[in-house]
Amino acid sequence: MNVGLYERIWMWAAAAIIAVFVGVIAVSTFAYAVRPPSHAETIAPAQVLADPRFSPPGVVVDAGGNVEVHVVLLMFAFLPAEIRVPAGRPVTFRVTSADVTHGFQISGTNANTMVLPGYVSQFTYTFEHPGEHLVVCNEYCGLGHHTMQAKVIVEPPAGEAGR
Amino acid sequence: MTRTHRLALANLWVAVLAFGVASAMALMQALSRANLELPWRSAKLYYLSVTAHGTLTALVFTTFFIMALGYVVAARALDRPLAGERLGWLSFWTALLGTLAVVAAILSGRATVLYTFYPPLKAHPAFYIGATLLIVGSWGWCAVMLRSYRAWRRENLSAPVPLAMHGMLATVIIWLIATVGVAAEVLLLLIPWSLGLTRTVDPLLARTLFWYFGHPLVYFWLLPAYVVWYTVLPKAAGGKLFSDPLARLVFVMFIVLSTPVGFHHQFMDPGISAGWKLFHTVNTLWILFPSFVTAFTVIASLEVAGRMRGATGLFDWIKTLPWGDPLVSSVVLSMLLFAIGGFGGAVNASFGMNAMVHNTAWVQGHFHLTVGSAVALTFMGVAYWLLPKLTGRNLELDLLARVQPYLWFVGMLLFSVSNHVTGLLGMPRRIYDASYGGSAIAESWRALTGLSAVGGLLLFASAGFFMLVMIGTGLAGKKAPQAAVEFAEPLEPPGPRAALFDRLGLWTAVAVVLVIAAYGYPLVRLLAMPRFGSPPFTPF
Repeated sequence: MNVGLYERIWMWAAAAIIAVFVGVIAVSTFAYAVRPPSHAETIAPAQVLADPRFSPPGVVVDAGGNVEVHVVLLMFAFLPAEIRVPAGRPVTFRVTSADVTHGFQISGTNANTMVLPGYVSQFTYTFEHPGEHLVVCNEYCGLGHHTMQAKVIVEPPAGEAGR
Repeated sequence: MTRTHRLALANLWVAVLAFGVASAMALMQALSRANLELPWRSAKLYYLSVTAHGTLTALVFTTFFIMALGYVVAARALDRPLAGERLGWLSFWTALLGTLAVVAAILSGRATVLYTFYPPLKAHPAFYIGATLLIVGSWGWCAVMLRSYRAWRRENLSAPVPLAMHGMLATVIIWLIATVGVAAEVLLLLIPWSLGLTRTVDPLLARTLFWYFGHPLVYFWLLPAYVVWYTVLPKAAGGKLFSDPLARLVFVMFIVLSTPVGFHHQFMDPGISAGWKLFHTVNTLWILFPSFVTAFTVIASLEVAGRMRGATGLFDWIKTLPWGDPLVSSVVLSMLLFAIGGFGGAVNASFGMNAMVHNTAWVQGHFHLTVGSAVALTFMGVAYWLLPKLTGRNLELDLLARVQPYLWFVGMLLFSVSNHVTGLLGMPRRIYDASYGGSAIAESWRALTGLSAVGGLLLFASAGFFMLVMIGTGLAGKKAPQAAVEFAEPLEPPGPRAALFDRLGLWTAVAVVLVIAAYGYPLVRLLAMPRFGSPPFTPF
C-alpha cells in the first residue's frame, strides 16, 4: 500500500491532535479530579418522599459543616423550589426522581446531572460568588417540562454576613 | 426502468416524503422556542411534533434513504442483479407498515415520548411494535446486501471489493451490531411493559441499551454519506479519488470503533462508573481519526478535480469546481458544516466538558450540523443526482435545486451557531417555551432564539425547494435518456496490501471483541445491583 508523504503528514497530525485531546482529559481527570457524576445508589422511586434519605427534602449542614442538598424531582416541580447555600464551600447535591426521568441543571454552571427514577444522583459543586441561579429540568418529562424550575440562592459565607 | 431501480425508487420516495413532513414540523418548533405566539401553538402539539420530527428524520428518512442508496450501489458497483430482490420488496413493505404504525401512534397523541423514548414515559404499543418492524425491514435490506456481495464474491475470487460497496458493507455491519441493543431494549423490556405483561422497567438499563444502539446509529447515517463523498463526489466534480486504500482504512475503523462508545451519551447518568465512561471517551476520541482522514482525502480529490478542469495555481482549483451542480454544492457545503459539528462533537465527548453542554440547546445545534447537514444535505444532493437516473426524467425546477443547498447552509449556520451559544448560556434543549417566568438568564437567550427562528425559516424554505424539485420531477419531469450511475476511479488502484481492509469478517470479529470489552462488565454490574423498576407514565 503506497501512502504518499502528504497523507502521512496529515495522519500523524490528526493522531497528534487526538493524543492532545486524550492528554488534556487525562490531566483534568487525574490531576484535577474532574469527573462526571457517576454515583451508584438505588432507591425505591414510589417511596422517595418517605425515604429518610430525602425526607424532608432541603439543605442539611452536618456537625462538621458539610453542606448537603437533598432534592426530589417530580412532574413538574423541584422539592424544594428554593435552595439556599453558602458561597465558597463545596456543596454536595443528592438528587432523585419520584416518577419519570428528569434532568437537573443549574443554568449557566457546570452543575448538571441526569435524574433517573430508582437511582440517586450525586455531585459536588462550589459556588464562588453570592447570587441567584435558575435551575431547570433538561430532560423531557411530559407536557409541563418547560415549567419545571427552581432557584439556588448563593449567600455570602457566614463569617462575612455582618460586614 | 430496471427492477432494481423500482425497488430503490420506492424506498427513496418514502424517505423524501418523511423528510418533507418532518421539515414542516420543525418550523413550528423553531418559532415556538423564540416564544412567538402562534395561533395553534400548544405544549401538546409542540412535544408531539418534536417526537414526529425526530422519529421521521432520524429513523425513517435516513433508513429508507440508505436502503435506496444501498440497492443502487450494490447493483451498479458489483455490476450484477441484486440477490434476493423479493426479500428487498418484503423488507420495504415491512418497514413501511412499521413506519405507518409509528406515525399513527405519534399523530394520535399517544406516543409523545420523543425519538429517544426513554422509559418510564410510555408510548402506545403500536409505537414500539412499529419501530421494531422498521428495523426488521432494515435487516431484510442487510440480508439482500450481504447476499449480493457473496454472489459477486463467488464470481470474483480475488478482485478487491469495489470501494462504494466496501463502504455500504461497513454500513450493514455497523447496523447489524448496533441494532442488537435497541432490539433487546424494545423486545425484552418495552413491548411487554407497554402491553401490561410486565409491571416495571429499569430506566437505566433501557437507556444503556438505547445508547449502545444510539451512537453507532450515527455512523449508520454517516457512512453512506462518506460513500458518496469518496465515490460519487470526485466523479461529479470531474476528477478522481485521491486515495482508495485510505478510504478502506476509514470504513474499517468505523466498523471497529462505532459501538464501544455509547457511554459518552450517558456521562451524566448515575449508576455507571466513571472509569468505564472514561474508556468509552478514549474510544470516542479515536473515532475522530477516520473523519480527519476523510477530510484530507475528499478535499485532495476535489483539488485533483479542479486541476483536471484546468486549474494551475495554489487555490484557483476551488473556483473551477462546478458550484452550480447541486450534488457538488450540497456535498461540499455539508462537509463545511460537518467540520464545525465535528469539533463540537469532540466537546460533547470530552468526559469533563460534557457537563457544560449536556442536554442544552448546544446538543440540537450540534446534531443539526452532523445528521442534519453532513447527512441530510448530502442525501438531498444525492436525490438530485439519483432521481433522474431512477425515473428516466430530467430534473424539474433545477434553478431551485441549485439555490437550495446554499439556502440550507446559511439557514443552518444561523440556527446552529445560535443554539450552540444559548446552550453554553444554559438553555435546555427540547423546551416548548424558553421564558422561565421572566428569569434573568432566560432573558439573555431571547435574541439568540430569535436568530435561531430566522435560521429555521430559511431551512424550511430550503426544504420546501427540495420537495418542489422532487415532486415536480416525479410528476412532470421530461422523459429523457439519463447517464448511468458511475463511481469515481482512484488515481491509483488499491495495491495488494489494501486487501487487509477487505477482510470484513476479521474486522467484524475485532469489533465484537471491543463491544464485549466495553459493555460486558458494566452491564453485568448494573444487572447485579439491587434495582427498582418503574411503572409506566403518560404525562402527555
